[in-house]
Amino acid sequence: MNPDRTVTYREALREGLRAALAGDDRVFLMGEDVGRYGGCFGVSLGLLEEFGPERVMDTPLSESAFVGAGIGAAIGGVRPIVEIMTVNFSLLALDQIVNNAATLRHMSGGQVGVPLVIRMTTGAGRQLAAQHSHSLEAWYAHVPGLRVVAPSTVADAAGMLLSALADPDPVLVFEHGALFGLTGELPDGPVPVDLDRAVVRRPGRDVTVAAHGAALHASLAAAEELAADGVEVEVVDLRTLRPLDHDTVLASVRRTGRLVVAEDGWRSGGIGAELAARVAEQGFWDLDAPVGRVAAAEVPIPYAKQLEDAALVSPVRVASAVRAVLS
Amino acid sequence: MGADAPVDPALGLRLLRAMLRVRRFEERCAELYSSTAIRGFVHLYVGEEAVAVGVLDALGPDDAVVATYRDHGHALARGLSMRSVMAEMYGKVEGCSGGRGGSMHLFDVGHGFYGGNAIVGGGLPLAVGLALAQRRTGSGGITVCFFGEGAVAEGEFHESMNLAALWDLPVLFCCENNLYAMGTALERSESNVDLAVKAASYGMPAWAVDGMDAPAVHHATSRAVAAVRSGDGPVFLELHTYRFRAHSMYDPERYRDHEEVDRWRDRDPIETLAATLRGLGALDDAGWDALEAEVAAEVDDAVAHAEAGTVEPVEDLTRHVYAERNGTAL
Repeated sequence: MNPDRTVTYREALREGLRAALAGDDRVFLMGEDVGRYGGCFGVSLGLLEEFGPERVMDTPLSESAFVGAGIGAAIGGVRPIVEIMTVNFSLLALDQIVNNAATLRHMSGGQVGVPLVIRMTTGAGRQLAAQHSHSLEAWYAHVPGLRVVAPSTVADAAGMLLSALADPDPVLVFEHGALFGLTGELPDGPVPVDLDRAVVRRPGRDVTVAAHGAALHASLAAAEELAADGVEVEVVDLRTLRPLDHDTVLASVRRTGRLVVAEDGWRSGGIGAELAARVAEQGFWDLDAPVGRVAAAEVPIPYAKQLEDAALVSPVRVASAVRAVLS
Repeated sequence: MGADAPVDPALGLRLLRAMLRVRRFEERCAELYSSTAIRGFVHLYVGEEAVAVGVLDALGPDDAVVATYRDHGHALARGLSMRSVMAEMYGKVEGCSGGRGGSMHLFDVGHGFYGGNAIVGGGLPLAVGLALAQRRTGSGGITVCFFGEGAVAEGEFHESMNLAALWDLPVLFCCENNLYAMGTALERSESNVDLAVKAASYGMPAWAVDGMDAPAVHHATSRAVAAVRSGDGPVFLELHTYRFRAHSMYDPERYRDHEEVDRWRDRDPIETLAATLRGLGALDDAGWDALEAEVAAEVDDAVAHAEAGTVEPVEDLTRHVYAERNGTAL
């Protein structure tokens, strides 16, 4: 243990991968440019040299084939970690993820489990425009048979992969591109995470804000700002979007009486829509105000910086939503 | 043995029996569908029996199989019991997929049978992955992947062929070319209708086989399996065949004429092989009648078993979505 050990989110992801590869000979990483290039975003840099080409496999630009191959390999008794560069590219593999990974256990009457981990970068904030910036985790969270997780802290970036690998079902890990440079302490290296539970990142008595990804950090910044005005915001990191841990959110709302959901994806049919509905169903009488939502503007994410900024969740927008549910 | 070489009587009789089991099973399915005992989409394999039977007879027990939605023949030829396949048609607990899959999604991991896949082309990446696992674990097994000629128009076909060849994976690709992707004729959907040539462009051995001739299919598959098992990478077989019946039970068959169907029926793989065996003195009327009686009894038994099977309580609806943990669903 090194109590002063500070790493970036990117390095934490790499530590998780290294621990996974070192801990189980059946584990291997495959995807586009994960090997010689070191990963599109540098996450897997050095792993090819450390573990060799049989454990870190560069693939052709064939998302459907290498994701499907990951599914087949998982069925066949090995433990692949498949990396897809971005969530936008994952749409080329949607058939395999939704029609095979999510269905095989059920269609086979429980015979065929798919212990596969698929990692992909999600989110905007880097002026990459509309084909590299979307946050589609809510789409995947719609699908029974998948588990959808989103590490939003350095510790989760390192540890969630180990938990995902231990899961007997397909797990999609959404790594937010705007968080790669985030720093945090990782005193014990990668530690497995409870993928069934959301977690309170900041306690507060006045309003609950539930979020994941970059929106979590916008929410934490907003909470800090609001604290100066005497408003105590409780920030819940959802962590797992399917199955969604509404119990932790409901417990928080019982204390605060108010809920705002912040998300990097679009509002329509989003995580906030689902969470608001569940709280309305199961926690209606705990609410002192309508649920507030902060989400990306309903537009393909634009390139120009001022337009992209205007489209995304920001601390100012979260703070504004919190004030609205308090007024 | 080549396509023109004499047929080994023992092999011929084994293939004949296997094809007859599929034929009579399918004919009963058609009747049961008409009487509404079974529902959903049902795609019959009548006419194509020589393909699944010839290919799967040449495999070993450690090999894996990925099939399509027209999968009854593959399941039976792979050794799944007729009872478990028929019970699946009925949606019963005793079905090979516990009633969750139905006609298009027959599974039996114990027989290395990884499903009928109902997305055209969707099984190919899966087969590549199963082969990747076989190589990584050193199991010695290979994966056989069936798909129709319609799949050749899908991107997943090309991605999978490339990946399997690039990584020298032990996959036998079996393209069942029955000339129609549902109602679309091959020449109306492919710029080049020589499918073996397309496969060969990925750097793997590929050749066409008469898919109406079960011993020829068996012979070609044995050669292909030996090559794949040796570790030299994938092989592609294009099996020329024809479905005698409609695409599914809903198909009015407006896209092909009866003369064409009749021409192919003249090459019925069961009648052809039976005639060959009679010529060799390996089959006579008594032998044929005994075979028919044996298969009829098996089909009757499968239907009786399915009808008496267990209806899963709706309380179990959400089982098998996730692995069960401590006895409960996630």
